[in-house]
This record gives sequence, structure tokens and C-alpha cells, in this order.
Amino acid sequence: MAGKTIKRREPLTDTQLLLTITICIFAVMYAAAMAIWGGGFLRWQQVFDMLNNNASLIIVACSLTIVMIGGGIDISVGGVTSLVVMSCVVHLNGGGSIPTSILMALAIGLCFGLVHGYLIAYLEIQPFIITLAGMFFARGMTTIVSLEPQNVAHEGFQALMNRKIEIPFLGYTAKNGNLIPARMELGVVVALAIVALVYIMLRFTRLGRNIYALGGNSQSALMLGINVRRTRFISYVLSGLLAGIGGYVFMMHTGAGNASNAAGAEMNAIASSIIGGTLLTGGVGNVIGTFFGVMTLATIKSIVTTSGLREPWWQSITTGAMLCFFILLQSVVLSRRGKGGLKRPAWLGGKIKG
Amino acid sequence: MKKKNGFFARNAQLIVPLLSILALIVFNLFRDPSFFSISLSVNNSGNTVLTGNLISILNGASELAVLAMGMTLVTAASGGQDISVGALAAIAGSVFVKVLRAGEITPVTVVVAFLLCCVVAMIFGVFNGTLVAVFKIQPMIATLVLYTCGRSIAYWINGGASPTVASPILTAIGSFIPGVPIPTPILIVALCGVIFALVFRFTTLRLYTQAVGINQRAARLNGINAVGIKILAFMILGICCAVSGCIAVARLGYLNHETVLLEIEMDAILAVAIGGNALGGGRFKMAGSVLGAYAIQTLTTTLYAMRVPSTAVKSYKAIVIILIVVIGSPMVKEAFGRMVGRIKAARADGKEAA
Repeated sequence: MAGKTIKRREPLTDTQLLLTITICIFAVMYAAAMAIWGGGFLRWQQVFDMLNNNASLIIVACSLTIVMIGGGIDISVGGVTSLVVMSCVVHLNGGGSIPTSILMALAIGLCFGLVHGYLIAYLEIQPFIITLAGMFFARGMTTIVSLEPQNVAHEGFQALMNRKIEIPFLGYTAKNGNLIPARMELGVVVALAIVALVYIMLRFTRLGRNIYALGGNSQSALMLGINVRRTRFISYVLSGLLAGIGGYVFMMHTGAGNASNAAGAEMNAIASSIIGGTLLTGGVGNVIGTFFGVMTLATIKSIVTTSGLREPWWQSITTGAMLCFFILLQSVVLSRRGKGGLKRPAWLGGKIKG
Repeated sequence: MKKKNGFFARNAQLIVPLLSILALIVFNLFRDPSFFSISLSVNNSGNTVLTGNLISILNGASELAVLAMGMTLVTAASGGQDISVGALAAIAGSVFVKVLRAGEITPVTVVVAFLLCCVVAMIFGVFNGTLVAVFKIQPMIATLVLYTCGRSIAYWINGGASPTVASPILTAIGSFIPGVPIPTPILIVALCGVIFALVFRFTTLRLYTQAVGINQRAARLNGINAVGIKILAFMILGICCAVSGCIAVARLGYLNHETVLLEIEMDAILAVAIGGNALGGGRFKMAGSVLGAYAIQTLTTTLYAMRVPSTAVKSYKAIVIILIVVIGSPMVKEAFGRMVGRIKAARADGKEAA
């Protein structure tokens, strides 16, 4: 174990550093929101609302984290999510059952993953182009499956959708004295389980270590005897599979299929991964960070809506500004450590501590 | 660059886009022989104009072709892609509209508005370029900032409306100049192409860009200002965005910040890739990207002519894209290269024998 740690210390400490920054910023931001606006932010329900609304995004962002750590990119995830939602809704409304719809979601995700993985890993085509084509295909197929938005009429699924886990001790007392327990959807459980599983996979399994090695330097990984192609292939298959699961969780949250579902989810997922400390260059990243990245974005959104900036453009402008802040921070921190860049700009020399 | 390489060897990367256009043309000729007929007709405003699918392909691809030119330069210099071009074009378009709506529309105000939106787009280009060149952030991530908030900024500039502008001058820019049968956007693209050709002919821009793209450190040691070249590439892309934003506004006569040039960034990157340019930077051929843009538009027009629903076009597009990149993939290229090598060897043997 000791010998292994020495070899892997460098990328891991980068990962941990970026993770710490993310968690600190999230904590500071949330604390500031609690101090300034109070109200909703003081209740646990606020956290659970953010989780409920973003369960699907958490899963999709995990899939992107895996691919990005491996040095690739997958921008088809939003498209796959919307295709899965639409197909499953049509399937359930056409008399399908819940188990078959789950299988269907997994199968669609797996198919995309397999095709992407094969074309990228074995035919060595640029991942951006392939997954872009995948996104186009999935978005087009969504409208071919059904153009009309529709709700799930399946009773069993509606029961599943409306089942909420109640946590009484995190609830709050309403004005009339009733205790209102915190409510969490089933999808959140799935999302948290996936975060845990992916964390364990990346941290403790050979496959996970191989993905880090591949993203860090695929040439050295090859020389170390790692099957680079297979590792890359598997990372895309996992990504597709997770996008399928993300689609199902999305459906469990909204209960409706719409051609514009999960629009822009890929960019939100990439942004979350970056805020969470994953580098697009590969080799550095952590799903726990990704989770906090999603929560950070969600917090920004709630702050913007709470603070009374009602004009529709503020939300994305603040998100963009935050994103800019995070990537600049990462760049400065990493270049200060002598990694990720050649030289830091002179006017920033030594001002910011890593 | 040496003379001993024949014309075909020098322009080998143009083969894929040319072949794909050719294949689409042949396909269309078989499907409907009248597809490419061009005729003179008189339009609503009494001009004699050229009409036909070929003209509409050339016309419709104008915005994309201009963006593809700029994208080629950014790709070559930075080894990454700018995904904010659609958003930036929307910003430029909204500045254009804002200035035009401030007063009476005369040729002078149109020129002023155009120059102003060029300046604004250049400033945003410098912003992107600084993030990429100075802070060493991956281009896709750096431009994700503007991608996230660009359209909202466009919305903000015009105070949350979809403003309309109408003027004979704009009609002349967006469709036809009275007395000229060719749509003006085609002429604008040709003008841009000529400007780029002249710049490449009389300046060292091309050489320096390629040097920076191939090996930034080596370029710097040779006295090339690598940071400056990268920022310059993003500035030029900014101007391209302004041009295509203005074309789009002039063509439509209104600006909808959500839908103007939607997802054109994906098409522009695709055009660069289909044109045979490495998305990792270095050597480039701008003609390839322009051909790529026309290939994409030919495909879209073909699909519309086949009465594919507009929402489903993406799926078919994806299949064709995958076919094109598989043909152009390193594996297939390698096999092709081996074949060419064998032919050359056989020829050399023949010469020696003679």
C-alpha cells in the first residue's frame, strides 16, 4: 500500500485540494444565504428540495465525472436522459410495467454507452464529435418517439413517484404548530447510492485507478501495462448506463415526458463536475466534489430566486459568473502548485494562497 | 509544404468533405433529378433573383461558414473549441438591433451598429482568449462561462424582449441587393473568405497560429507571442460571430435571443472536424472547414427535401456524421495510408527499373 501511495500521491492531493475548496465555498455560500435571507434556507427542507430537484443531474454529473477523469468528454448525456424519459413514458402509457421500463432505461443507456465506447476507444475518433452525434441522435429520436408532451398515467408508477421518505427530526414546526417532516424523493436515494458506488469504484477498484491513470497520461498508462482501450471503453459504457439511470430518476421526479426534457443537462453536468474539482484534462477529480458542484449550482439558483432578482436573465448570468470564478480559482491554485499550466500571470504573483 | 508533394497530397484533408458533399449530391440526383435546378425568378420586391436548392444551401450555410472560419483558427491555435459562438452571435445581434432601434436606419447607422457589435464581440473574444491563453483553462471550459450566460446577456441588452427591425438596408443585407441575383449572405461569406486568404497570404498569422498549435513552448522559444496569438484567434472568432449574428438578424428581421443561431456552436465544431482539421490544434485548412459547413447544410437541406420532420432531422444528421468520422478515423486513414504507400513504392520500383 505504501509503495502505491507514493506513485499516486501527486494527482490525489490535487483532487483533495480542489474538493476542499469546493466544499468550503459551498459551505460559506450556504451559510451566507442562511445569514442574509434566513427563512427557507434555515430549514432542512431547503436542502432536500435541492436534492429532489437535482437527483437526476447528480447522477448525470457522476457519469461525466467518470468520463472526464478518464480524459474524455460525453455531451450526449442530456439527450440520452430525455430519450429515456420519453421512451419510458410512452412504454408505461402503452401498458408496460415498471420492471420492464427500468430495463428499457438501462438498455437505452447501455446501447449509447457501447456505441460511443467502441467508436471512441477502438476507432480512436474524437470523443467530442461522437458524443455530439450521440446527442443529436438521442434528441432527434426523442421527437420521433413522441412529439407531444405526456404524463405518466400508470398507477403503480404514480404511487412510486409520489412516495416520499419522511424524516421527522429534520422537519420544522409550521405556524399552526404542526410538525412538517422533511420530504425526500426515492430518486435522491438512488442518486446518493450512485455517488457512493462511483466513489468506491474510482477510489478502491482496479478499474477506478486505471481510469485515473488513463486520464493522467494515457501514454504512461499504456507503458504500465494498463489496457488503455478497454478502460476508455468501459468509462463510456458506465457513462451511458448512468445517463440511463439518470433518465429514469428524472422521470420519477417529473412524471412526464417532453421533447425538451433535460435541455442543457450536459452543460450543467459539465459545469457541476468542474466546480467539483474535476479537470477536463483528465486524471484529477472526485464524485464527492461533483455532488457538491451540483449543490453549489442549486444554491446559486435558490439565492437568485430568493434575493428578488426576478428578471429571467439573472440566474444564468450569476451561474456564469460563479463558473468563471471557480475555473479561475482552480487555474490559479493549480498553477501555483506548478501543475496544469506553464506560468501564472505576473499580476497575480503570490497574492492568492493555495 | 514542399513542392514535391502533389496537389492531392497537399489537399488530402479536403477529400472527406468533398466526398461527402459529392455523395450527397449524387444521392440527391438519383432521388430527384430536378433537385439542383436553378432558375431565375422575380421575388416579392420585384428583384430578379436566382432560386433553387443549390442557392438555398449556399445561402443557408452562410452564418455557419463564417463561424467555421473563425472556429478553425481558434481550434488550430488553442487546441480546443469555443462553444460560446452561438451565444456570442446572439449578443452581437442584440447590440446590432439595439443600436438600429435607437434611431432612424440609414447606411451610416448600419455601419456604426455593425462596428459597435464587432467591438463588443471582440471584447468578449478577448475575455475568452484571456481565460484560455493567460489562465491556461481548457477552451471548452473557459467558453462554457459565456455559453451559460451569453444568451441571457443578449436578453438583458434588449431589456427582455424580442425586438424587430425592418429596413430596406437590412433586407439588402439579409436577402438580396436590388439588381444582384445572388443572395447577399453568399457574397458576405465570399468576402470573408477573400479577407482571410489575403491575411494568410500577406501576414505570418497562419504560420504563427500553426506553430503555437503544434507546440506552444517551442513557438515561444522561437520568439512567437503564443499568448497574443491565442487571444488574437479568439478576437477574430469574435468578429466572425458578429458578422454571422448580423446576417442572422438581417435575414430574420427580428432577434429572439433563445433561438437565434441555436446550437450553431456544435455545427461549427463539426464543420471544422469534417473539414479534416485536427481538433487538437496545429495544421489547419480553412477551406476544409468551409466545405464542411456546406456539407452540413447540404445534408440538412436534403433531409428537409425528403420531408423529414424538422425535429427529427438531428437523428439522421447524427448517423451521417458518424459515417463521415468513421471514414475519416485514424484506423481507416491508416489503412488508406498503407495502401497509398504501397502504390508509391510500386511506382518508385517502376522508375528504378526504367
